[in-house]
Amino acid sequence: MIHFSQVYKRYRNGHEALRRVTLHVERDELVFLTGHSGAGKSTLLRLIMLAERPTRGQIIVNDQNLARLAGRRIAYLRRQIGVVFQDHKLLADRPVFDNVALPLIVAGVPHREIGRRVRAILDKVGLPAKESHYPIMLSGGEQQRVGIARALVNRPALLLADEPTGNLDPDLADEIMALFYEFNRHHVTVVIATHDFRHFQSTEQRVLELRAGELVGSGDVR
Amino acid sequence: MSAYLLRHLQALIGCLGRLARAPLPSLLTVTLLGVALALPSALFVMVDNIKRLSAAWEGRPQISAFLSVGLAEADARGIAETIRQRRDVEDVVFVSAASSFDEFKASSGLGATLDVLGDNPLPAVVVVYPRATAQDPASLSRIAEELAKLRHVEHAQLDIAWVRRLNAIVALFERAVLLLAGLLGVAVALIVSNTTRLAVADRRDEIELVDRVGGTGAFIRRPFLYAGALQGALGGALAWGMVGGAIVLLAAPAQALSASYGGTFSLRGMGVVAGCALVGIGGALGWVGARVAVGWQLRRLRPA
Repeated sequence: MIHFSQVYKRYRNGHEALRRVTLHVERDELVFLTGHSGAGKSTLLRLIMLAERPTRGQIIVNDQNLARLAGRRIAYLRRQIGVVFQDHKLLADRPVFDNVALPLIVAGVPHREIGRRVRAILDKVGLPAKESHYPIMLSGGEQQRVGIARALVNRPALLLADEPTGNLDPDLADEIMALFYEFNRHHVTVVIATHDFRHFQSTEQRVLELRAGELVGSGDVR
Repeated sequence: MSAYLLRHLQALIGCLGRLARAPLPSLLTVTLLGVALALPSALFVMVDNIKRLSAAWEGRPQISAFLSVGLAEADARGIAETIRQRRDVEDVVFVSAASSFDEFKASSGLGATLDVLGDNPLPAVVVVYPRATAQDPASLSRIAEELAKLRHVEHAQLDIAWVRRLNAIVALFERAVLLLAGLLGVAVALIVSNTTRLAVADRRDEIELVDRVGGTGAFIRRPFLYAGALQGALGGALAWGMVGGAIVLLAAPAQALSASYGGTFSLRGMGVVAGCALVGIGGALGWVGARVAVGWQLRRLRPA
């Protein structure tokens, strides 16, 4: 699903965010991406969603060579990738329904279909009956669920989560993680960037660790 | 195709909604655009009226052919008839020597003093009005030359200096108005560009998010382009209204002035075609302004 080979990312200010990163994430896999803040986790995710381009190296996502994508094809790639942000990035002036519906509206899904799919996904993340609430009326955990619903409403093949539990207390964080596992069972490839080792201490999932922009070991650290 | 139309409709309704939700700033922008568009439009209307005025009032150029002094009136009338037969002449007015003398006597105030002269020192005059097709300066000069060569015509006076001057002034003025219109057109685009820039900055989070979840550039641009075009078109409509209002306010004084000169001139406003063109031009300028602003902002969001 994701293939990095010899990827470097150097910013214009000279900071080398990623160095010689080669990694592979298989279809239907759930992997953790860890490392200290500033180790390059966010940069790596941003390269996958083509928010930035690598300085060197090849990246293939969902069988598409990202170097060959430009213009509206970038937009079409992003429709195949759901993204969950640490700070949710919900639109405060829109109700939950509109927030979740955004990727569908953008993709030109018919109106009736939008209603059906938004309600279905809100139901799955445990937020039925909240569709007309505004984000400010929800708790932090609920807001993150809305963010996850928005990331998954378009049925993406790949879900990227950048510190999805960073602002949540442990119980809520566990609930959110349970959601990710649940969707992974439904054939969504999941990459979770986190420095909260609690999440992967007891799992069988692969953990990729970045240290100062480099992948530690073979990219399969336990 | 219907999904495509639906999305355009959505964008249009969305920007109408935003316009309605923030009526005051929108109103200010539209008024600003209206004033910027009204100024050159009003000047164009003015030039149009001046042209009509000069054409209707004194715009008919004329050539005065002065005949030999002492020519018998019958011969003089014969010459006038000959000139009337010319293909490039619309009409001639014959002023006999006697009536020239009488007129001069009356208007000069010399009255009976002139009777001392005995013989009439004034020539008969044939005032020649060329056809509309022969009213350009070159044709007028040619006609005057040809008239001067006729027998018994002493001299042909072309009253062309003022025609040339007026035409030159109108042309100059027209050019100036065109330049001004160009400048104000740029101003309109810049005004819309600036409001669009602010609107984009205002909705930056939303734009970034739409970009992240796979919105195409066209999708992101669309509402801003509609808003820009709508503002421009409304500004154009407002300008049309302003010019119309000015015409209404000026109609009565203009008529009074014209009447005092014995004329029947009335001001003409913008026609429906010109008005619609103004709305269209406003909309196009708004679209261009918005396109520049949103394109520039979007490029900063995209990877190189």
